[in-house]
Amino acid sequence: MDASFFMNVTSAGLLTGLVYGLMALGLSVIFGVMRVVNFAHGDMMVVAMYAAFLMFTKLGVEPVMALPVVAGGLFVLGYLLQRFLINRFLGVTEHIQFLLLLSIAIIITNAMLMVFGPDARNIQLEASFESYSVGPLILDKVRVIAAFTAGGVAALLWAFFRYTTTGTAIRACADNPIGARVVGLNVEQLYAITFGIGTACVGAAGCLLLLLVDVHPHLSSDYTLLGFIIVILGGLGSLGGALLGGILVGLSEALSGALIAPSLKSMFSFGLLILVLLLRPQGILGKKP
Amino acid sequence: MIGSLNFSDQSTRLLLGLLILLMLAPLMAGDYMLSIMITVLLQAYLGMSWNVMMGFAGQFSLGHALYVGLGAYASGALFVHFGTPPWLGAVAGMGVSVAFASMIGALGFRFKVMGVYFALLTIAFAEFTRVLFDHWGWVGASSGLFLPVSNRSHDDIWLLRGSASMFYYVILAMVAGGFLFSRALLRRRIGFYWQAIRENEDAADALGIDVFRLKMIAVIISAAMTSLGGMFIAFFNNNLYPESIFSMHRSIELILGTIIGGIGTLFGPILGAVVLTALGEGLTILGEKIGIDGIKQIAYGACMMAILILKPGGLWPWLRHRLGLDGGAK
Repeated sequence: MDASFFMNVTSAGLLTGLVYGLMALGLSVIFGVMRVVNFAHGDMMVVAMYAAFLMFTKLGVEPVMALPVVAGGLFVLGYLLQRFLINRFLGVTEHIQFLLLLSIAIIITNAMLMVFGPDARNIQLEASFESYSVGPLILDKVRVIAAFTAGGVAALLWAFFRYTTTGTAIRACADNPIGARVVGLNVEQLYAITFGIGTACVGAAGCLLLLLVDVHPHLSSDYTLLGFIIVILGGLGSLGGALLGGILVGLSEALSGALIAPSLKSMFSFGLLILVLLLRPQGILGKKP
Repeated sequence: MIGSLNFSDQSTRLLLGLLILLMLAPLMAGDYMLSIMITVLLQAYLGMSWNVMMGFAGQFSLGHALYVGLGAYASGALFVHFGTPPWLGAVAGMGVSVAFASMIGALGFRFKVMGVYFALLTIAFAEFTRVLFDHWGWVGASSGLFLPVSNRSHDDIWLLRGSASMFYYVILAMVAGGFLFSRALLRRRIGFYWQAIRENEDAADALGIDVFRLKMIAVIISAAMTSLGGMFIAFFNNNLYPESIFSMHRSIELILGTIIGGIGTLFGPILGAVVLTALGEGLTILGEKIGIDGIKQIAYGACMMAILILKPGGLWPWLRHRLGLDGGAK
């Protein structure tokens, strides 16, 4: 096992990790603002992956180009869900919220199963067979594209929360919902927008992930769990934390897969989660509650 | 009357009537009905076990498949390798489960991992163990562990080899035992302490309740009860796969009935199991009639959502009120 193999595995893990990070960002935003744990996150990503799959096979639109459309579609889905359903459940205990999102997840997964069947599907782009070589590194072209796009979307999101009025208002809701209401913000509307942004993130991530993995309906719960691992590693509510967590999980998956056994990779991710929960429950970049 | 049977008590009368009905059931029910009833009772039993931790003490576990799996694998593997009777194997399984539960509880509670985070910690341990068992050759790894199916001529309750009706009575006894045990717990001082912790942990702490110790007891009891259910699953199904026994789907299935039925109540897990199984079976039949396969699960999700919207506290508290049992049956 030589150094270049090791470096290639590491860089692939790093790039995949950025896409994971984008997916987890959506989860983090939703939890950070509304304290809702989106147990249907992976299911929404599978919806996005199938949407991108259809766009490519039926219309010939490549996933990166389809991304704005799919993300927009998932924004609408998330907005409506929050506005008309989840909003009623904001004050209730965690397990009821959990069950509500779980029932949404059950409905989505089985609708996907009905429409697309249980088989794994993937797409072949011309770029799938190309790669860049940088010094000793050989990087898959699609992986590089996916990672950079994910980074770009994350940067856009950061700018949105930092510089726009709506973004600032959402941060105000997250800090103090009662205060936000007192100063006249439409909290329900902002919550719905936030949920929409969260699902749009996962929509974007789904498009990019389709470049890297096959899609089938049962992926959903794995990715929901993966999302949780990532946000807790990085720190819930922290944008940088979600990306960092994504990269860590991407690295740990790639390294454990290459060095030990691919089937053991999720064990290492969960091991990381247990360690972080016990040593630093607020996450690596999270603030102390 | 605390913890004892009082025949003028409405809940006791209700329970006894139900029990007699259930004891006579195998005489009338066919094979299909009997298997459904075993499913219901098993779900009710596992739901009760989870209820001790979540419903009574308010600690949210989403990883109870861990204890099901440990109980199943301990008793199953000991039986396959050494011929150990399942009831002894179950004791071993309970021991292992209690060890795991103590570890998870001690780590989680000491480090103040609470609510959703605690639930995720329990998932993490369950998934971690699942992958571990997937690679552990002695228990068959991912290709599964199979219990020898032989000696079907007569029912052997000590070795748990026999007919479906034997399994029915075993699980019925477990449900009845679980119910009485839960009721005893709830009516004792420990039950009141747990409820205080569930409602407001800081206030309970301020009153001088040893919160850490009581939460640990809840987790340990719940884990031990659950792993006994795991033993039943192992001997009833005769095959074990880490993929299914430790899966998060099992953890979720296990808690659905109790939440739908009514968390923290005694009848909730039973009612929830009946409702969900009836719903599932009814939708399967309906789906076959209509001829659309996937519709069942979608309708199942929609019904769950409807119950949550209409009766967020669960069905039993509502039904109890309608039956005029308020104040009597918990």
